[in-house]
Amino acid sequence: MTIAVLLKQVPDTTSKISVSGGRVDESAVSKWSMSPYDEYALESALQLKESGGGDVVAITCGPARAAKMLTDAAAVGADSLLHVLVEDLNALDSTQVQAILAAAVSHCSAQVVFCGKQAADTNAGSTGPGVAHLMGASCVTMVSEVASEGDSFTAMRASSGGDQRVAVSAPCLFAFDKGTTELRRPNVRGIMMAKKKVAETLGASDLGVDTSASSVSVDSHSPPPEKPPGQRFEGVDSVAVVVSKLRDEANVI
Amino acid sequence: MDVTVIAESSENGLHPVTAQLVGAAVAIGGAPTVLCAGGWGVEDAVSISGVAKVISVVGDCFGSFDGGAWAEALSSASGGDVIIAAATPAGREIAATIAAIRGIPIVQDVTGLAPGISVTRPIYSGKAIESSTVGTPCAITVRANAFDAAGEDGSAEVSTVNQSADVAVAVREAIAKASERLDVAEADIIISGGRGMGDPANFSHLEEIADIIGAAVGASRAAVDTWDEIPHGMQVGQTGKTVTPSLYIAVGISGAIQHLAGMRTSKYIVAINKDPDAPIFGVADYGIVATWEDALPALKAELGKL
Repeated sequence: MTIAVLLKQVPDTTSKISVSGGRVDESAVSKWSMSPYDEYALESALQLKESGGGDVVAITCGPARAAKMLTDAAAVGADSLLHVLVEDLNALDSTQVQAILAAAVSHCSAQVVFCGKQAADTNAGSTGPGVAHLMGASCVTMVSEVASEGDSFTAMRASSGGDQRVAVSAPCLFAFDKGTTELRRPNVRGIMMAKKKVAETLGASDLGVDTSASSVSVDSHSPPPEKPPGQRFEGVDSVAVVVSKLRDEANVI
Repeated sequence: MDVTVIAESSENGLHPVTAQLVGAAVAIGGAPTVLCAGGWGVEDAVSISGVAKVISVVGDCFGSFDGGAWAEALSSASGGDVIIAAATPAGREIAATIAAIRGIPIVQDVTGLAPGISVTRPIYSGKAIESSTVGTPCAITVRANAFDAAGEDGSAEVSTVNQSADVAVAVREAIAKASERLDVAEADIIISGGRGMGDPANFSHLEEIADIIGAAVGASRAAVDTWDEIPHGMQVGQTGKTVTPSLYIAVGISGAIQHLAGMRTSKYIVAINKDPDAPIFGVADYGIVATWEDALPALKAELGKL
């Protein structure tokens, strides 16, 4: 069994985002990391491999800098790496990104796909369901854990009414929410092995995907609107003042 | 502009966010067709102002949630130029799958819309705002509380479509929620605690206040990561839930950048922290420099008087 894990490199969630000339200034991002939900997907894939066997292939679609993230994935146990080189992901719309990733999964002959429920930069969550549809796979989102049962899988997912344990058969895709497990840290041997692991690098055209005609064009980025400075109070006696302001000034209680 | 709205509904009826989706449809010049999956919420959907018609889509597949199957069943009725759904987990999945079925792009979690179609949305969990132009046909999901709800004086016609799809996700076991508390993603008022609460047992003070004002109880990532008793479902922030309540009360939360990203668009923010230099005060409309031990009993007493 081959498990494909879809990973995206994003500004670390602790990074500040600055805007210059109407665009997010990527050169000012202090640290690039694997998107947190993708980390949960990768850890769950590695655990499933350990319990049920198989290979984990880490796939990313992104610029050259994302190669570092694939090496990080190899260091914790990804068996093979596929990098679809796309210099500017912002220039692609959701249909193009999904077509690239679905073709990449097919290129790896994977029937099972793990990914994050959304990336920490776009916060969208379109990729999992879209890729699942393109590969004719069942899709389970908001997943916290997956176990295999022969040819089928069970997953825990969150729903508005509480958690549910659901069963699906391959081909299937699981989009992970934050679970109980954190991505393991690499050991020295893993880091050394990862340095020798070469990612297969393809272009979108190698996978037969046309990246020319996006139907979404980004016009500008801007910083979030500044809030006017708030009112500051000291000490417990001010609680009554604030409550009266919430009632009479803000009208929210 | 031919707009289809996917109603947010369940066996409990129509979710109020649906009227906001209609408001968003009207903002781009559409008198929308509203689809009610499983026929849920039809009675309420017909009375939303501006709705051209309501289609009740009924089929066996709506017995349990399989976003792929629901999307397939709904897609036959989801024609037109723009599909609008709520940016809830289910809404996002259904809309993304319908978009993939139709081969059209989707833009998620939109907070502003204008004819053209111009969309604005927060990216990096609100650390920046993106404005883009989207060609039609397209799908859009809309953040709760970003658009004014349409009124309630409509009287749309209803038609029923029988359309099911093969269900591939089988529910084996449903685990009831640990608590019946309001979810932070649903709440209009949220009171959240951070690691400054000192001990997870102290969240009971937040719960008492939440009960008085009908609030949900949230938590910072630091609190969720530190204490097993505080589940991830309560986490507000970049790797938790992004919320836009009318009132957000942050108690013992310093205001790490990734927490601010998840709550800074709240309409009013109250911060209670003993550290006058805590970053949370930078986004607070009303900041109270005090310990929670002092402030929460006073807050409870004052709210109890209302």
